Amino acid sequence: MPSFNVRDMAAGGVFAAIGLAFMAGALTLDIGTAFKMGPGYFPLVLSSLLLLLGLVVMAKSVNMPAEVIGSVPWRGLVLILAAPVIFGATVRGLGLLIALPLAVIAAASASRRTGVVTAIALVVGLTLFCVLVFSYGLGLPLPLLGRWLRF
Amino acid sequence: MDLLANLALGFSTALEPINLLYCFIGVFLGTLIGVLPGIGPTATIAMLLPITYALSPATSIIMLAGIYYGAQYGGSTTAILINLPGESSSAVTAIDGYRMAQQGRAGPALATAALSSFFAGTVATMLLATLAPPLARVALKFGPAEYFSLMVLGLVCSIVLAHGSILKALAMIVLGLLLGLVGRDIYTGDERYTFGFLELADGINFVAVAVGVFGIAEILRNLENETDRAPIIKKVSGLMPTRADLGAIIAPVLRGTALGSILGILPGGGAVLSAFAAYSLEKKLSRNPERFGKGAIEGVAAPEAANNAGAQTSFIPLLTLGIPANPVMALMIGALMIKNVIPGPDVATEQPALFWGVIASMWIGNLMLVLLNLPLIGLWVRLLTIPYYMLFPAIAAFCAIGVYSINGNPFDLYAVAAFGLLGYVLIKLGCEPAPLLLGFVLGPLLEENLRRAMIISRGNATVFFTRPLSGALMFLAVCVLALLLLPGISRKRQQVFQDE
Repeated sequence: MPSFNVRDMAAGGVFAAIGLAFMAGALTLDIGTAFKMGPGYFPLVLSSLLLLLGLVVMAKSVNMPAEVIGSVPWRGLVLILAAPVIFGATVRGLGLLIALPLAVIAAASASRRTGVVTAIALVVGLTLFCVLVFSYGLGLPLPLLGRWLRF
Repeated sequence: MDLLANLALGFSTALEPINLLYCFIGVFLGTLIGVLPGIGPTATIAMLLPITYALSPATSIIMLAGIYYGAQYGGSTTAILINLPGESSSAVTAIDGYRMAQQGRAGPALATAALSSFFAGTVATMLLATLAPPLARVALKFGPAEYFSLMVLGLVCSIVLAHGSILKALAMIVLGLLLGLVGRDIYTGDERYTFGFLELADGINFVAVAVGVFGIAEILRNLENETDRAPIIKKVSGLMPTRADLGAIIAPVLRGTALGSILGILPGGGAVLSAFAAYSLEKKLSRNPERFGKGAIEGVAAPEAANNAGAQTSFIPLLTLGIPANPVMALMIGALMIKNVIPGPDVATEQPALFWGVIASMWIGNLMLVLLNLPLIGLWVRLLTIPYYMLFPAIAAFCAIGVYSINGNPFDLYAVAAFGLLGYVLIKLGCEPAPLLLGFVLGPLLEENLRRAMIISRGNATVFFTRPLSGALMFLAVCVLALLLLPGISRKRQQVFQDE
């Protein structure tokens, strides 16, 4: 059974795949010549280089000792990534006063250690702090209540 | 005489009440995030970028710079007290500093770190003041070919910073360069990789990328093994080092300062590299190197001096050439561009108050840090008891607000999530994110100068090697790359030998 370093194999694969994708994009653009480079010239050079580097990393991973990638905190992953998305999706419509608590609830539930009391304290504390500091203190243009809530 | 007049201008700017206030806020925040593990200066500066909208260019850079070097101070505190470097540049300090703390000498270790940093900061600030103007004059002679070669050198140097595989670090740079090209082509206006998204026409938002790969991805990495930090901290007493300690650290501090100042100037250098280099130098020079790792005070003094000197002098390429030496400097460029100040050789002549004010503020900030850190050590120690699960929702919230306020566009927040995921996957696969960010920033600049140089030379690519200055820079880049690859080969060999 041929052994390979999963971590390097995957890393090389990711680079090669992204390189290929960028290369496909570059080929739809005008390449031009070395003298008068078109918009596709530099991307084509770089994406070829990335593809090449990815392949070399993959090739070198063969017959190398395996490395442990380690556990992935799936729950945390989903919830932490959800926090900015939730904030982005609701800040215009609902405003800071609602979008921020929603994002904080998502982020706080990412850790199993956070109890209900801690979570509530975090939501209240952070919302108050952010409204005072960012909205009033620094005057950032963040509406407290969004357009979905204005009648 | 010129220097004195310039410094006088700088101090009069830096001593304005508003600048003093923001300098203090900067170093205070910097120390705070340096103490708190899980959030670094890059993410903090990215989050706070929108705040600088309301400030003058000088004031905002003074504050952001304060965060950067303040973090170096704060990071060493936790490194010494609980063997947990808040910043990667303090990782070396932890080796001997923590041992000193275990031996009941936490006080002298902390004082040594603070005083060495202050001394190095003072010297590096002077160096910055003396070197920057002549370098800026040299930079005025730079053509597109020189800029291109210098950036290649900087990118190659940034590989030194990355842990692990050199090939992976190279690939991260190239990936960063490619991501930097997304958006409208500057010459033809053709849209590249925008998939019809209007939001991408001006490129991917840099702050969103920085917050994603340094803020969000870092939270994810920390969530992997949530263990309770149990900081067992004895009371810190007896701050002052003994006379013997002082005698032992003078030479290491001087060497550390010199090494840090030089490495900091190199694009891609900066605090981390300097600290590591200074530690190994001291170990090599020491008459009894076996003391290192067992609480040698030189092992605290030299790297602390070096990382602070490196942090200061990494402003030289930024202020003279407009080229960022590390991701933090890239954010500084962002902050200047928001104010319509184009970083580069013209800053010193066109914005003298900004240029010299920032330099003078660094010295004042360093003084504040010594005053802030030693007496307030108890406060910082108490902060360490805040559990991480209470900290990261706050980081996530600040990231969201910070990024949104830049353009008021939800799209940037979706980009944060996307880059958080990409950053985390790449970290998991053993790729450091710093080279990616540097590539991202330099991508458009690199392309622009390449295309200009090629038009000027009528398509002759040898121009990068035949023009003397450009050729020298390229030669350096090739040397660095060759040097990097050599130990890489030997390390691989060692691995193979271990398997057999």
